[in-house]
Amino acid sequence: MLTVETFESLAQAASSMTPESRFLGGGTLVMRGVNYGDQSFNRIVRVRDDTIKHIRTESGRIHIGAGATMADVIATSDLSFLAPVARAVGGPAVRNMATVGGNLFAANPYGDFTTALLALDAIVKMSDGAEHPMEQFLAGRDAQRGLVASVSIQRPMGDDFRFLKVSRVKPKGVSVMSIATWLPRQGGRIANARIAFGAMGPTPLRAKASEMALEGVSLDASSVDRAVQSTTQGLSPQDDALASAWYRTEVAPVHLRRVLLGEGKR
Amino acid sequence: MAKVPVRFTLNGSETAVFVNGGENLLDTLRRGVGDLSPKWGCGQGTCGTCTVLIDGEPHLSCLTLAETVEGRSLETTGGLANGPDLHVLQKVFMENFGAQCGYCTPGMLMAAKSLLAKNPNPSRDEVIEAISGNICRCTGYEPIIDAILTAANQMRGRVA
Repeated sequence: MLTVETFESLAQAASSMTPESRFLGGGTLVMRGVNYGDQSFNRIVRVRDDTIKHIRTESGRIHIGAGATMADVIATSDLSFLAPVARAVGGPAVRNMATVGGNLFAANPYGDFTTALLALDAIVKMSDGAEHPMEQFLAGRDAQRGLVASVSIQRPMGDDFRFLKVSRVKPKGVSVMSIATWLPRQGGRIANARIAFGAMGPTPLRAKASEMALEGVSLDASSVDRAVQSTTQGLSPQDDALASAWYRTEVAPVHLRRVLLGEGKR
Repeated sequence: MAKVPVRFTLNGSETAVFVNGGENLLDTLRRGVGDLSPKWGCGQGTCGTCTVLIDGEPHLSCLTLAETVEGRSLETTGGLANGPDLHVLQKVFMENFGAQCGYCTPGMLMAAKSLLAKNPNPSRDEVIEAISGNICRCTGYEPIIDAILTAANQMRGRVA
């Protein structure tokens, strides 16, 4: 039997969480579990606190509340660079419900928005104030205890941030893979390259060998050639109904090359 | 098990109903209230036939925890017709063969209604985007898209 408990603040909700509790954001993950008879939880926890939906810019970083929906992201002019990513998530009804916080926990092959946040070096802030870099957060995600309060990112310059979702069903289909890159340039040379892949492992993962290949060089045909050679090093694509691991491995460098050469610019 | 009272407006009427712990809004509407217009399809947010409007915005009722709609305004396909007079969208779906088996129709109608309320003159691409979360396995979508564009024309004509 399921019980539902509603709290006034995220901190109160966090202190009441047990292994048999699930926190309800927009419902697209938790209610799906309910509908399909998921027996791993018997208690739903939610909050009335609207501050977890807030999106604000503070000391140069944009803080996105965990309860902000994909529709909220699209409606926020400060986040225009993330609007194409949010639009890639589901149809309008899903975007009115699915939250940024929930997307962090979406199982492969979902989590396109988190892939973008990984490329943007997002910092995840928990309800107790603890902060985790996105990569560390994702590595420990499935053992994660506590509730996410917000994520924060720096606004990328110009076309430094790019995103591509590869899917077979148009206009909306689940990801064969998604690619997000953040290539900040100083004097034309890339510094702190970030390349993240979604649906190429149990969580979104960084393509670190390709990042290294781009470090300190300018983006041109020869540097892109070198970068895509090692695209899938460190990734662990899996077979699913959409594509085999072999296929994903074969096409990942092709799609990465397209992104680096300009596809997915906003 | 403890039931929780939930009050909301359904198609303009004040409604109050008791819901079970963890009950989804679709069950509440169909079993609790008796509005059988939204349909159970996939139960996981893929098909869109359970789409209802909450404060004018499309939501998947099968993934909405019923008690979260306390105090909100809900619209379903059951509220589209005015007595024997069908809503424009219902008429154009009929005239353009926008429904075959009809299972996706309640979700398509609500997605279209929300679109036209915000954007009375949508492009074909905007219509496709608006129904991109609604799956139809009969029509191939074209008659549905044509119907929604026809409804947009007719509704604009009525206002002008």
